[in-house]
Amino acid sequence: MAGCKPQAVPVGAGKKIKVSIDPITRIEGHLKAEVEVKNGVVVDARMHGGMYRGFEQILIGRDPRDASQITQRICGVCPTAHATASALALDDAFNVKLTKNGRIARNLILGANFLQSHVLHFYHLAALDYVNGPDVAPFVPRYAKNDIRVSKDINDVAVAQYLEALEIRKICHEMVALLGGKMPHVQGIVVGGTTEIPTREALNAYAERFKKVKKFIMEKYIPIVYLLAGPYGDLLKTGGGYKNCVSWGVFPMDDAGNTLLKRGVFTEGKDHPVDPALIKEYVKYSYFDDSTTGLNPSAGRTIPDPHKKGAYSFIKAPRYNGKPHEGGPLARMWITNPELSKIGQEKLGVKKMRDIGDAAFSILGRHVARAEETAIVADAVEQWLSEAQPGKETFVPAPIPDSAEGLGLSEAPRGALLHYIKVKDKKIANYQVVSATIWNANPMDDMGQKGPMEQALIGVPVPDPENPVNVGRLIRSFDP
Amino acid sequence: MKDKDMLPDEQQKKTGVSRRTFLKTVTGTAAGIGISQVFNPALVSALEKALETHPVIWVQGQGCTGCSVSLLNSVDPSIADVLLKVISLQFHPTLMASEGETALENLYHIAKKYKGKFSLAVEGAIPMAADGKYCIVGELNGKEITMVDIIKDLGAKAGSVLAVGTCASYGGIPAAEGSETGATGVMDFFKTYGIKTPVINIPGCPPHPDWIVGSIVYLLTKGIPELDENGRPALFFGENIHDNCPHLPQYEAGEMAGKLSDANGCRMDLGCKGPDTYADCYKRKWNSGMNWCVDNAVCIGCVEPGFPDASSPFYEPA
Repeated sequence: MAGCKPQAVPVGAGKKIKVSIDPITRIEGHLKAEVEVKNGVVVDARMHGGMYRGFEQILIGRDPRDASQITQRICGVCPTAHATASALALDDAFNVKLTKNGRIARNLILGANFLQSHVLHFYHLAALDYVNGPDVAPFVPRYAKNDIRVSKDINDVAVAQYLEALEIRKICHEMVALLGGKMPHVQGIVVGGTTEIPTREALNAYAERFKKVKKFIMEKYIPIVYLLAGPYGDLLKTGGGYKNCVSWGVFPMDDAGNTLLKRGVFTEGKDHPVDPALIKEYVKYSYFDDSTTGLNPSAGRTIPDPHKKGAYSFIKAPRYNGKPHEGGPLARMWITNPELSKIGQEKLGVKKMRDIGDAAFSILGRHVARAEETAIVADAVEQWLSEAQPGKETFVPAPIPDSAEGLGLSEAPRGALLHYIKVKDKKIANYQVVSATIWNANPMDDMGQKGPMEQALIGVPVPDPENPVNVGRLIRSFDP
Repeated sequence: MKDKDMLPDEQQKKTGVSRRTFLKTVTGTAAGIGISQVFNPALVSALEKALETHPVIWVQGQGCTGCSVSLLNSVDPSIADVLLKVISLQFHPTLMASEGETALENLYHIAKKYKGKFSLAVEGAIPMAADGKYCIVGELNGKEITMVDIIKDLGAKAGSVLAVGTCASYGGIPAAEGSETGATGVMDFFKTYGIKTPVINIPGCPPHPDWIVGSIVYLLTKGIPELDENGRPALFFGENIHDNCPHLPQYEAGEMAGKLSDANGCRMDLGCKGPDTYADCYKRKWNSGMNWCVDNAVCIGCVEPGFPDASSPFYEPA
């Protein structure tokens, strides 16, 4: 454990020490981590999802078109992703085919928010695990020993970039709003395409902002992530977990539905095509009625049971082909396996994502994957900008079907996102969402397998249980 | 990485406006965004003092963090200046460095030290069903703290409460038909428990950053702003969207948009809820003035107490 505070004998050697962190901060939502530490490493872990709203019941009986508005409110950091997955489910149910310009406008809206979300995550959610903010609230208090290993100069650079990144992420939202109406929670993504036909003026305004964002990503964000690999190099060797990945694919590049970031599953070292029928959600350890366990989303039901004995999370445990899988930039990059950025190739001495090998599955590996993915999305934004046609229709009206089913498979910045809708008598009869953090932060399943984040925590060094810095680092590497 | 891009002192030069100059800008802006009284030096100094004496504690219940993300979009003052120079944000789950007990101990320390003075910003609804189990906000000394616990406790101790967003103001989506969690807004929650602390509702799904920052600046410098019958600052929520809509002349001429992507025409037939909605979006616009809902699609009435049920279906005329 190079770099961790050297201790001849870890605190509490040989004994199991329980460490509970609640709230886990700098995330979206309510999470608690409960870990057992023995001889300075985590030997057991439980992730508790502490909040439930009931979107799936609230949607029942509503006009199906309202779903892409209501489901955005699941997450204020990635509403465009929920709008996209919902609109895809509705496109499927309404049997509507988008225009080319509609597909590109959706990509430009979602793409700008991918950039926003990744920049926000690294600088404003994760970075305070690696550098110290200014000595004022909300940057203090901190852990008494917070294991910050960068020099003062690098720390100052990082803080300056933290502030600049606030501006950059705001500019990304301006890009979203130019085509999506406003952000958070866009009006623009609906069944049948998008609501606003891009003008030349709007595309120019988007492009002008994008230039600043791309410059920041290439010259600041990506380099600083690799810079951290120096003092925090040991964090490339811990936090691997199952090394199983799911990606539903995102950003359709043609009308056939081929996506920029590929659709695929990687289980126990092997690649597989995606079969949505193999997705099942388990609830033995979740606060939901036991009768609803093991269901595919198309048969899914959500019946809360907040006082259920033995349960410890409001998150269901989704499994693909019976196995836990992680989602997110690492999963997408692993499945897509693109070439890395120039600086990435130089720093890591490898060409493609999978050449990184096992080190990719680590605390820092997830940050590297996210930064590299940001560059790939930025390149694609450039392409969509050149393909977008001012004044060309982006919307195809379609009547609400009497009864239908629809499946929307897409990706949020933080992982695989599935929306399923069943329409009956022109109303929503069932709606199921399996969102990104549900894949990562879930509890044990009925078979006794831990969730991916729980599994990834095992083996993480916690030399000083009073200051369990690496627990937060691991959890935030998933961007929950 | 180019060295010149990395020089921290260069960055400091960029952001290192003196506090006094900055506050003048802020208060000037506050006037610009609709705070009617002109700010005088006494008020600038009031804001400077408030930073030391009136910290802000921001808690999150059943929400989506969208209100916090919207706050980050503040333009003038920039969010960096809001955080470092306008408010002393002692607790914010999305932004603060600390976690777990370190964070909660600080929260209770500040609430005690500044009792009757600190402002409590609430984002998200408060689920009152199932003994509050539907939202756990933390754990201290081995005991779970629910959103109900924390609002009961801090709500009574705060000098004022900002209910940020429609969920905290009126329940919002977590309280919509079909909900089982007893999701409640702050004012109704206070009525249940007899808590008398004044509440300012800043609804919106999410609220515009100017509405949040403007209300905080007003509160810190002048006190509670004039509120409408729904507890909202009249200066942001006093005007009807439809009556002020740039598409109003088209409505009067009977020119109605026929489909969502039509750039021209009144959107009422497409389901626009502008006629039932009171907010200044039509002139303020969103995301640094880039766009707004009605020009892009339709208004779904997200600042109104009945949202979403009263305006749903969103794409059918009221």
